[in-house]
Amino acid sequence: MQVPILKQGDFLIASIQAALTDADLRQLQDDLVHRVSIYRSLGVIVDVTALDVLDSFACRTLSGIAQMTRLRGAKTVVVGIQPDVAFTLVQMGLRLEGVATTLDLEEGLALFNRPTN
Amino acid sequence: MAKTERGTPTPPQVNSESTAILLRELVAHLRQGRTQLREEWARRITEAQLLTAMSREEIFAEATAVYENYVEVLESGSVEALENYARNLSERIIPRGVETHEVVGIVLLLRDVLARSLFQKYQGDFALLNRVLDAYEPAANRIANTVAVGFVQERERVIRQQQEAIRELSTPVLQVRERLLILPIIGVLDAQRARQLTEQLLRAIRANRARVVVIDITGVPSVDSKVANHLLQTVDACRLMGASVIVTGLSSEIALTLVTIGVDLAKINAVGDLQGGLEEAERVLGYKVARESAPVTLVGSGGSPVSL
Repeated sequence: MQVPILKQGDFLIASIQAALTDADLRQLQDDLVHRVSIYRSLGVIVDVTALDVLDSFACRTLSGIAQMTRLRGAKTVVVGIQPDVAFTLVQMGLRLEGVATTLDLEEGLALFNRPTN
Repeated sequence: MAKTERGTPTPPQVNSESTAILLRELVAHLRQGRTQLREEWARRITEAQLLTAMSREEIFAEATAVYENYVEVLESGSVEALENYARNLSERIIPRGVETHEVVGIVLLLRDVLARSLFQKYQGDFALLNRVLDAYEPAANRIANTVAVGFVQERERVIRQQQEAIRELSTPVLQVRERLLILPIIGVLDAQRARQLTEQLLRAIRANRARVVVIDITGVPSVDSKVANHLLQTVDACRLMGASVIVTGLSSEIALTLVTIGVDLAKINAVGDLQGGLEEAERVLGYKVARESAPVTLVGSGGSPVSL
């Protein structure tokens, strides 16, 4: 399943609606990095609100996306991690280092629009 | 061969019969010397500085009850009534801080007092004294055992009950401002409680759309590497939910311990006390709290003015 990537002003929004295979995740990573360079975006928002499970590969991919887009000058925010998912992640020792996180999409957009950032 | 060496064993029936007779005699003796022996016992308890949490009158009243029960057990051979009494007694004296060694101590004292009186009574006939002691000792041991076990069991029941209460004690997650939660942790933080607490906090973050959480650990008696790791996990989980965490109430001893055992708390945003934590949180959230006018003076319930 391909993840739709929406362009919203200076930002890209990718909303994951269902569990993704590893191939889908890699595809998403490639697409995002590619589009960041095409649109000269300043930020990327990955919405995982609909996901009940985030495995280690997904976490690594999210970290990868954050690092790659940062090299292209865009900040990545993961939004909408569910409480149970967050708890499971820290218990597995997956801390998504280097990735900004916010409660939901609204907060993610607010983070980019905040004057200090 | 071996049997003859140990001497001819007396038939058990005759033995128990003579024991019963002796015990009856014993009971009669104890009933007769009741006042004097009881006083002697109470005096010895005070002398040994046991049951210091209770007054002399109370000790004497309890001593009377225990004495009656003691004689009763010697007479009937059934410890059921004594068990009930021991449980009842424990229930009354445990909240007053009576220790196990005190309870065991007073029962052993009574055993000693009674044994001495037996020595005195039968000192003329050594063989009879021996038989009396044979009858008395097992019963006395059983009594001491019953009381001690009853006390310890009651104590353990109280401890279990309290542990349950602590576990069930919900840790409140409170919203003090929009998007600002505080979580005061009081009591020991073990793995199970840390898990429960974190889950509760994460749900509250979602429900209240919190952006900053202040965790106050003033009420946590000791913080070791395990507790610190629980805290780190909670902080990380909150971050994944998009909320930043401020930890307050780390005492200087705890700070010293953590640094000495080498726990890396670099990722934790710590502020001295809850007030400082709230101020920092307000700063992060962009609040500016300022006093508008001079403090209002209220009259407290005692009639004296209370300034706010």
